[in-house]
Amino acid sequence: MSLLQLDHLQVNIGQQAIVRGVTVTLQAGEIGCLLGPSGCGKTTLLRAIAGFQPVAAGSISLAGQTVSTPAFTQAPERRGIGMVFQDFALFPHLTVAENISFGMRHASTQEKQQRVDELLNRIGLPGYQKRYPHELSGGQQQRIALARALAPKPRLLLLDEPFSSLDAELRERLAVEVRELLKQEQITALLVTHDQQEAFAMADKAGVMYQGELLQWETPYQLYHQPRHQMVADFIGHGVLLQGTVTASGTMASPLGMLEHPSLTNVEGGTPVSFLVRPDDLVPDPDSRLRGRIKARGFRGAHNLYSVELSSGIEILTLSPSHEQMEVGSEIGLRPDFDHLVVFAADHCELPGFQNTAPAFRPVLPKAQSA
Amino acid sequence: MSQSWRQWSLIASAIVLGLPLLVIVLALLKLPFGGDFSTLSHLWQTVIPEYVQHSLTLMVGVALGVILLGVSTAWLTTSCRFPGQKLLSWALLLPLAMPAYITAYTYTGMLDFSGPVQSTLRDWFDWGYGDYWFPQIRSIGGAIAVLSLVLYPYVYLIARATFLQQSATTLEAGRSLGLSPWQCFLRIALPLARPAIVTGTTLALMETLADYGTVQYFGVTTFTTGIFRTWYGLGDLNGALQLAGLLLSAVIALILLERWSRNKARYDQRNPRPAAAFELRGGKAWLASLACWLPLLFGFLLPALQLTVWSVERWQVWTDADFWGLAWNSFSLALIAAMLVVIIALWLAYGRRQLPVRAVRISVGFAGLGYAIPGLVIAVGLLVLLTAVDHAVIATSKQLFDWNPGLLLSGTLFALLFAYTVRFLSVAIQTLQAGLAEIRPSMDEAARIHGYRPFQVLRHIHLPLLRPSVLTAIILVGVDVLKELPATLVLRPFDFNTLAVRAYEMAGDERLADAGPPALMMVLVGLLPVILLSRAMLKSQQNALKEPDFVPVTA
Repeated sequence: MSLLQLDHLQVNIGQQAIVRGVTVTLQAGEIGCLLGPSGCGKTTLLRAIAGFQPVAAGSISLAGQTVSTPAFTQAPERRGIGMVFQDFALFPHLTVAENISFGMRHASTQEKQQRVDELLNRIGLPGYQKRYPHELSGGQQQRIALARALAPKPRLLLLDEPFSSLDAELRERLAVEVRELLKQEQITALLVTHDQQEAFAMADKAGVMYQGELLQWETPYQLYHQPRHQMVADFIGHGVLLQGTVTASGTMASPLGMLEHPSLTNVEGGTPVSFLVRPDDLVPDPDSRLRGRIKARGFRGAHNLYSVELSSGIEILTLSPSHEQMEVGSEIGLRPDFDHLVVFAADHCELPGFQNTAPAFRPVLPKAQSA
Repeated sequence: MSQSWRQWSLIASAIVLGLPLLVIVLALLKLPFGGDFSTLSHLWQTVIPEYVQHSLTLMVGVALGVILLGVSTAWLTTSCRFPGQKLLSWALLLPLAMPAYITAYTYTGMLDFSGPVQSTLRDWFDWGYGDYWFPQIRSIGGAIAVLSLVLYPYVYLIARATFLQQSATTLEAGRSLGLSPWQCFLRIALPLARPAIVTGTTLALMETLADYGTVQYFGVTTFTTGIFRTWYGLGDLNGALQLAGLLLSAVIALILLERWSRNKARYDQRNPRPAAAFELRGGKAWLASLACWLPLLFGFLLPALQLTVWSVERWQVWTDADFWGLAWNSFSLALIAAMLVVIIALWLAYGRRQLPVRAVRISVGFAGLGYAIPGLVIAVGLLVLLTAVDHAVIATSKQLFDWNPGLLLSGTLFALLFAYTVRFLSVAIQTLQAGLAEIRPSMDEAARIHGYRPFQVLRHIHLPLLRPSVLTAIILVGVDVLKELPATLVLRPFDFNTLAVRAYEMAGDERLADAGPPALMMVLVGLLPVILLSRAMLKSQQNALKEPDFVPVTA
């Protein structure tokens, strides 16, 4: 059964539509993630689900029960939702234990104490009951905020950029920890972030929002390898969009030469298209006829990310293991090796017919994350 | 529905609070349109040039005085280390506890012909009357000295905050380029702090323009004494209104200057690391110490000592039931006024927080303008307004019930409370807004989503978190009300006396020693906000006071 159902949701602030026509379904126990640049409306959407924003059109249902329509907004305190705020919003005048048990209003003192102890153990901060928020580090505050939201066992947990104020290393570790905790507690959760690593680490389902619209709502794997929209392709991972023309025989004339791919057979010959080139789609190959000059090199640990200018003047990205160092300015041969070829109509929209069915692709396990 | 009602009520409260000022502005506007310049031109020919000249002299003198005292002490205590520097950095605020007119009384007591200084000189050198020259304290020079000594903490506080905020690297860059400490101050720190210094000075000048007690006692004719004399001495209400209008224009010019300088102020907060202090040794350390002790000595220690001497000399007063009745009057009035002001401020501050609309923002800002308006101006405008209302009420009541209810508004404590609200509301609003800013909106939402209804959020989150700010606001407003002189003098009900008015009357009757006990009591109570202020100042040592919230705030 779907726990959270957003149906053609529109949310206005003032006269302006901040969220438009968003439809999302989240099954019980799933972790969903809304990705997007700041100002895309993802936080507003979250606040509408929490009940802090009335909706202008569409509806929000929780476990089959409608909680928001344009005519009716159930008060936030009656929704049984938990929320972790961007700034944690811990109450500075309450101890850690009081903060965590804040939402367990009808529980006995003993139940509260038991739950607080249990949660503090789970988040790895046993014995912190008597501390005050200002005595804790950012990462510890974040965990307390999470424990506070989990304590009343909410039906749905909303997380608003929960890791954005932490440093990068802590962020990745916590994302994994939080996912484990949510799965242990069997909590359905919706996370909002602008950090795709966070989304990939946490989410079962993810979507990219842009200017109030949800562009795609699928697994993180599909978002990366089968983006259905140029904005999604642009936002997720590294990559370059190149122009090509599909020929009658199911191949494509492109700056990288003639490309063949099963997904092109559905496209009518002569259609101008854009296609996405990820760094791992081009393999350095000294014998290849496709030549370019290295313009810049970025060290990424295991890999080097090279920016290569082709003889046609087009710039693309490619990866190679970092022990095979190539110098800036030197010439390099590249061989296209597309596991997935993602094409868009050249006029910046999804190709007709691609709207609902993904282009055929061979299921291949993702390579080491390249972004 | 209820939101729009609330919005209108907020705007309406701002307008009601602004009414006394609107009366004065109207009186001024009537001039060019009514064309009746007779009163004003008479005043122009007789007294106004003198008022203007005295007020300007006073302002220039006080400006120089507070900048000299405030900036030098702020620089020494923030960027140099010398014996006593820690103690001095908060003790330099103590003169704020002294109302200017009280300091004026003490210096008159110390320095006039029969005072201890001149008597001692005569004893030592065996002089008699007229044998020697001694500066006359009751003069415009004396007024400048007294006001500078009392008001320099405004500049000190704000300059100190700026010096602390100046990033270490800027000053270190200066030193690495070969500047001596003294050159660092002149060529880097001072130019950077200029906007802040202008702000502090304009605040001090607003107080100077509002001052009545000091200039009246020293016999310096300025706008405030002029308003008082035109009205009470000559019974010329129109003249008083027009003088108040002129004074108001001068104050508005100062407000604009202050706003402008605040906007000019840019703060470099990239590097919160404080600059390493200069370690002063030997003679330099002694000189720095002396430079900081002198304003403290003359601004607080000597006047407080003189008040103590008087209070001991007139110990009988302390056993007098009348005196305690007076104290009770003062304290209960201060408490009632403070609670009233804080309640209204809460209403406005919450309105501002919850209704983020332009109209509400402007209204609350307008309601908070009173801090700059001289109490006498508010009092004059208010009295004109309330008298008109009272007369209308009396006329109606006589017509309907054949009964005269008397002066319901202008003759009762209502007028006084109204005036205090207009004058001190901004103190409370700023304190509460600083407290409310600590309660982030996400905390409200966190409580809501945990199942708390709005009223319960108020009880469980806002009440405990806001309590310190509310207490601070009550103390600040209460003490200000206790010390307030000119508005109280004009608006108090017949036969109602306060400590401030008693001190004023005793000094006016040349019974300075009798002014001692009530004055000492006011100063002792006045120490409270100074303690709060110094605690806030020391607490914010690292992240120095934010400029726009330049108001004493404590946790």
